[in-house]
Order: sequence, then C-alpha cells, then structure tokens
Amino acid sequence: MKMVTAIIKPFKLDEVREALSAIGVQGITVTEVKGFGRQKGHTELYRGAEYVVDFLPKIKLEAAIQADQLDRVLEVIEKAAQTGKIGDGKIFVQSLEQVIRIRTGEVGPEAL
Amino acid sequence: MKKIIASLMLLAMLCGLAAPAFAEDMAPAAPETAVTAVAEPAAAVAEPAAEAAPVPNKGDTTWMMVSTLLVILMIVPGLSLFYGGLVRAKNMLSVLSQVFGIFALISVLWVIYGYTLAFGDGGSMNWMIGDLSKLFLAGITPDSTSATFTAGVVIPEFTFVAFQLTFAAITTALIIGGFAERIKFSSLMVFSALWFTFSYLPIAHMVWATGGYLFEKGALDFAGGTVVHINAGIAALVGAIVIGKRIGYGKEPMAPHNLPMTMIGASLLWVGWFGFNAGSNLEATGGAALALLNTIVATAAAALSWMAAEKMLRGKASMLGIASGAVAGLVAVTPAAGLVGPMGAIILGLIVSPACLWAVSGLKKSMGYDDSLDVFGIHAVGGIIGAIGTGIFVSPSLGGVGVKDYEMMHQVMTQATGVLVTVVWSGVVAFICFKLVDLTIGLRVSEEAEREGLDTSTHGERAYNI
Repeated sequence: MKMVTAIIKPFKLDEVREALSAIGVQGITVTEVKGFGRQKGHTELYRGAEYVVDFLPKIKLEAAIQADQLDRVLEVIEKAAQTGKIGDGKIFVQSLEQVIRIRTGEVGPEAL
Repeated sequence: MKKIIASLMLLAMLCGLAAPAFAEDMAPAAPETAVTAVAEPAAAVAEPAAEAAPVPNKGDTTWMMVSTLLVILMIVPGLSLFYGGLVRAKNMLSVLSQVFGIFALISVLWVIYGYTLAFGDGGSMNWMIGDLSKLFLAGITPDSTSATFTAGVVIPEFTFVAFQLTFAAITTALIIGGFAERIKFSSLMVFSALWFTFSYLPIAHMVWATGGYLFEKGALDFAGGTVVHINAGIAALVGAIVIGKRIGYGKEPMAPHNLPMTMIGASLLWVGWFGFNAGSNLEATGGAALALLNTIVATAAAALSWMAAEKMLRGKASMLGIASGAVAGLVAVTPAAGLVGPMGAIILGLIVSPACLWAVSGLKKSMGYDDSLDVFGIHAVGGIIGAIGTGIFVSPSLGGVGVKDYEMMHQVMTQATGVLVTVVWSGVVAFICFKLVDLTIGLRVSEEAEREGLDTSTHGERAYNI
C-alpha cells in the first residue's frame, strides 16, 4: 500500500478529484495549506504599508491506495493538476504500513 | 485607588472650568447666541404684540431630525466598521467597543454640560467658551427654538441639541484610529471625557457660537472641518506619539483583516455625511441641496484622484485607496459644503487625495509615528486642505456663494488662523490629557495583552468564533 500526498493549486482540486474517482480511488483527504517553494510570493500594499506575502495558499491532498494503482494515480494527478506555470505543486509517495477501517475493524488492503 | 484619584482629578478640573462660568451666570447677561432660544418672553415683549414668535417649519424640523440620525449612522455603524476592518482580527471588537462606548459617553456628557458650554453665552469668556446656564438642558422645553442662518426661521432647540450631540460624539470617536490596537479601554474613556471637555467644547464654541473668537473673525467652517476633522486628527497624532508604536510596527505584517467591512463602513460614512453636511444648513432649502450635491461630487472626485494617484505611483488602484479617497474628499468638502459651487467641490476633491496619500505614506514613513488608521493623514491633512480651500472656492468668481466683503487673500489668512488655533489648541490639550491619564491610570495595555489582542485580553470575547 502507498500513501500519496500531493500539493496542488487550489482551483485544480475538482479536476484532480474527478480524475482520481474515474480510476477507482475510493477516498481522499483534503486540507487547505500555505507554503512556499520556487513560486515567489507577492506584495500587498495598504495605504502606506507594504507587506511581502511569502506563503501562498495551496491544497494538500492525501490518498491511501493499493501499490498497483500507484502509476495510474501519479499519472492522472500530474495530468489534471498541471498548468505548465510555476507553482503547480509536487507529489510525494510513501509506503503505507497499515490501514484499519474503524467501523468494521478490517485491516490491510481490504480497509482501503 | 488610582482610578478614584483620576476621577477626582477630572471632577476637580471640571469644577475649575465651571466656576468662572457660574460666576458669569449670576450676572444678568442677555443670551445672544446664534443658535439659542429666540422664543423667550423678553423677546416676545419687545416685538409688536401682533407679531408672534417664529414657529419651526415642519419640513426643517423633519430634515434636521433625519440629519441627526444620518450622523449617528456615520458613527455606529459607519466609523466602527470602517475602522474595524482596518485592524487585525484580534482587535476587531476593541475598535467596535471603543467607538460605541465613546458615542454613548459623549451623548450623555453633551446633554449634561456639553451643549451649554459649547453654545451658551460665556460673558467675558465668550470668545472661548459658553456658560452653564443650560446645565442638564435646564430651561429647554419642546417649545424652545434655535435660530438658523435665516432671520425669523427657527428649529426646535431639542433638535439642535441632538444634531450637535452627534458632532461631538463623532469627533471624539474619530481619535481612536490614531492609537488603535494598543490603548487601555478605561483610559480611553477617561481621555475622551477630558478631551471632549477641554478641546471639543471650546473649539466648537469659538467656531460656531456668536461671540466665539473664530466666528467673529469670519472663519468659514460650514460643517466642521476645523471643529471635527482637524481637531480630531491632531489629537490622534499626539496620541499616536505619546502612546508609542504598536509592538512589531514596521516589522510584522499588520494588514487590515477585513476590507469589505471597511468598504461598508466607508459607504455608511458617505451616506451619513449627507446629514452631517447638508444638515449643517439647519434648514431644508437650496443651501442644503447645494451641500448635498457637493458632498456627492467632491467625494467622487477624491475617490477618482486617489485611485489615479495610486495607479500611477504604485501600479495598482486598490479598494482601500478608493475608500480612503472618498473619506478624504468628504473631509475636505466638510467646511466647504454649503459655501462652494459644485465645480469648486470637484477641484477640492481632486486635490485632497494626492495630498493625503502622501501624508499616509511618505510623510508617515519619514516621521516614524504609528498613526494606526491614518486619522492625522486623512482627517487633519484633508481638513486643512478643506479649510484653506473653502477660503478660495467660496469666491463667487470661482462658483462659490460668496461672503460679505469677500477678499480672497484675507479670507485665506482667516481660514489659516482657524487652522492654526485648532492645531495648537487641540495639540496642547490632547498632550496634557494623554499625559495626565498616562501618569494616573496608564495609557497602554501590557505587552502580553497587546500580543494576545485586545478582544480577548480587554473585552473577554472574540470577534470570530468559526
């Protein structure tokens, strides 16, 4: 099992969710986050006061999947989230040791 | 204990002020103020028996009551939201409480001793202050009347008392923008009572009451450019300097937490300002209509010129800039509203915004003071431009309504005198009042409270529980 974490542009969330549903991913968890990377922040000006905003809003999306789904999942996220401009985000992949469905107590791949 | 001492000191100062006025009161002085009761028995006797005392016109009375409500709309909620949106979320309720609290406080003080000191006849002190003959509104009944600018036209005195009450309240409430996000609430209340007593009342008397120093000099101030805006703007600057900068000023971001609220507040200010400016005509006549129109076009022109200046200087026109420009325009047209023509008003509006934009950015940065919400930069600077501009654009040759024996240079100098007197008076009084409060109960909250935010540390509540 794998845990896929993707940081994407907020307005791309719907496209990514649809693409993942289409290939059979059962569920994802989404968080609104802020961060910085190569994409620079911007300047805000309030009357005389100027503030540099370094942290930009992004969406963090987490999906626990079967190992054999990984390539497809990475492919569709990459395709759906891409604009070609700086700040499109990143995808991280980790091994997932255990999954438990709380309602039934199922463990492992059955719980996904 | 400290608080009790401070209250006693306040009381003692009030008595000190009241004593000479009381002495005057004992002498049989004939009240002869521009705005006080005409329908007194003595006056009626002097008239031929057939001629009855003037009766208020219902249209005028209605207009003045509507205007009073409009100015209240400017304060709560207008000024509250305009200021509230500009602070950080953790201080939102403190600003709302301060404006609301000051409005309530000044309303009560106004009817107790404010009205009579501002508009009474002070005898030998009349150049500066009124008397205490109408303490607790003594002697005013629903039948009492106040004069307007037209001979023989009167409005109910209660209407005039209420209308002027709102001016005193908004002026005192405006000041809080200078030191928002760091003042102690109780100290602010004490300061407000002191400053209202020793700066607002004398300046209002000097400018608006018959026999007042600036009134007799011929200084023009239609709706309160000096009395309200310069007066409050200077006090705010002094406050910002005496209290000191906010912790982290210039280092940490202090961006406004909710500009849509600021926009709503600015809009309410604009709408309410029609009561402020057109209401200052005291009658529902063409003069009020002129003031109303000027209050639209000067404001619009100032919003446009701030927008344009920002676009040219910084590359982007901001909503806050447009709203700030509108307020600057309202401030500038306040002394001019019923005196200049609409084209003069537009020019005033076009001039005021670039000047205020410079004051809130260049000037503020180079001087290093932390006038949190730019009360000085917009109200004092805009007020000074309005006051001087009124002296110029009142000229009939520039479309103004003109005044008796008008001569431009002379009028401009008179206007400048009005500005100077107000700046010095308000500045000195504000400094003394701030120092007095600082030395007795302390002006500033603790560092910990300031970091935590005044909403929870002072008021025990949070603006947004989401």
